[in-house]
Amino acid sequence: MATLWLSLIVLLPLAALAAHSLSDGFGGFWNAVTAPAALATLRVTVGVSIVVAAINAVMGTIVAWVLVRDEFPGKKVVNALIDLPFALPTIVASIVLLSLYGPQSPIGLQLNATQPGLVIALAFVTLPFVVRAVQPVLIEVDREVEEAAASLGANNFTIFRTVVLPVLAPAILGGTGLAFARAIGEYGSIVLIGGNIPYQTQVASQYIQQQIEIDRPVNAAAVSVVLLLIAFVALFVLRWVASRGLRRQENDR
Amino acid sequence: MNVSLPVKISLRTIALGYLFVLLLVPIGVILYRTFENGIGAFAESISTPAAISALNLSLLIVAIVVPVNVVFGIVVALALVRGRFPGRRLLQAVVDLPFAVSPIVVGVALIMLWGANGWFGAVESLGFKVIFGLPGMVIATIFVTLPFVVREVEPVLYEIGEEQEQAAATLGADTWQTFWRITLPAIRWGLTYGVVLTVARALGEFGAVIMVSSGFPGVSQTLTLLVHARYIDDHNTFGAYSAATLLMAIAVIVLLLMTLLDRKRSTEE
Repeated sequence: MATLWLSLIVLLPLAALAAHSLSDGFGGFWNAVTAPAALATLRVTVGVSIVVAAINAVMGTIVAWVLVRDEFPGKKVVNALIDLPFALPTIVASIVLLSLYGPQSPIGLQLNATQPGLVIALAFVTLPFVVRAVQPVLIEVDREVEEAAASLGANNFTIFRTVVLPVLAPAILGGTGLAFARAIGEYGSIVLIGGNIPYQTQVASQYIQQQIEIDRPVNAAAVSVVLLLIAFVALFVLRWVASRGLRRQENDR
Repeated sequence: MNVSLPVKISLRTIALGYLFVLLLVPIGVILYRTFENGIGAFAESISTPAAISALNLSLLIVAIVVPVNVVFGIVVALALVRGRFPGRRLLQAVVDLPFAVSPIVVGVALIMLWGANGWFGAVESLGFKVIFGLPGMVIATIFVTLPFVVREVEPVLYEIGEEQEQAAATLGADTWQTFWRITLPAIRWGLTYGVVLTVARALGEFGAVIMVSSGFPGVSQTLTLLVHARYIDDHNTFGAYSAATLLMAIAVIVLLLMTLLDRKRSTEE
């Protein structure tokens, strides 16, 4: 029964999607994916998502570090705040950012319909991934090794690079992968602030939606399949790298 | 590693500054914009006929999706933990699949399955309209919320093991009695947590729903579609801010519930 339910809800729609993308043969699929507008939108999507993933890897780790190793008043509130982007509907995220960076911006900074606008929207919705992946690992970390390294004269940068970072790396990579996969497919948070300008700020999900609207279902299905594949490959590669890193650590011990 | 005070302070400043600029400032601005004309204007904006029917539709979808997800979520979790059948690991991967699929792709996939030219398009000629109707929105929401209950119940089932259930069975309890008296009480907090996550996502889903809804105000417009339509079609920025603030209030309640449940779970363990 469980298998039947999952097949009906999850697998069957995706199978129909894959089949439809090939309904004009593989040539039709290839043409749909390599159309200049489709390539442009995939380039924008992947490019922006890589930037967002990189920002998350760095800032997420710093935020997690501060939340675990630092003490300051109001830390609990800040910690609870991290989950807000997950609890907030994506369209709300879009309009929230638009109220600050849109035409009515109180600071006179207009980022709507620009790529930086896309990056901010995606950074907003993907904020929790790296923070929540790194936090528990950082709590569990054995601080004695760090202290031993310090007493042997290693400076902080060396300790971070050789002791802390290797332990955190799988979690950082895992969180970054999730953030990237989410950014690739994101729609709601971008729809109002992105501007949907072809070749500039139109992301893949907007392109797919547009192709459905102008009744080009094969194009929509083909680009959807590519989007799915990119997300799977990203998650798979990062999981593989992370598990390899983990294994290397265990071998070192 | 003992970080020196200047490094500590600058890291703290960077982290808090990032959160402040990314999260707090925009939320502050939208709250200001929502309430700058007084609370009356806000109340009026979220009680128009279109807004009320949007709220009702969103709640109706939640009311259908939650029981479905609870029943099938428990069934799937039980199958994943207790079941011994080929393809169990594959099933594990399938459960996480909705997290990796773009909401828009969910919508497109459902159109290709249930739409007029889809595999199951025949049901439409029988008078059961899935795409551009309520069933489509419900199915789309079930797709995106499917992992929540399963993923929250599964670890609890692993933890409690089968001993109590087997003991109950030896004492003559039938499957149902065992489930109601033993299994369900054990998983109740995990289940509740999964339901809270499901409700939040169901109310907030946008991309998948907009693809399969006709989006008519008062008929097939959910709260998130209302925010979008007010901003894009009606150029009613204030109305969009108000509806977004309403959704935001719901999200904050959800967040508080999650924190409470977390505490409850950790004290009971």
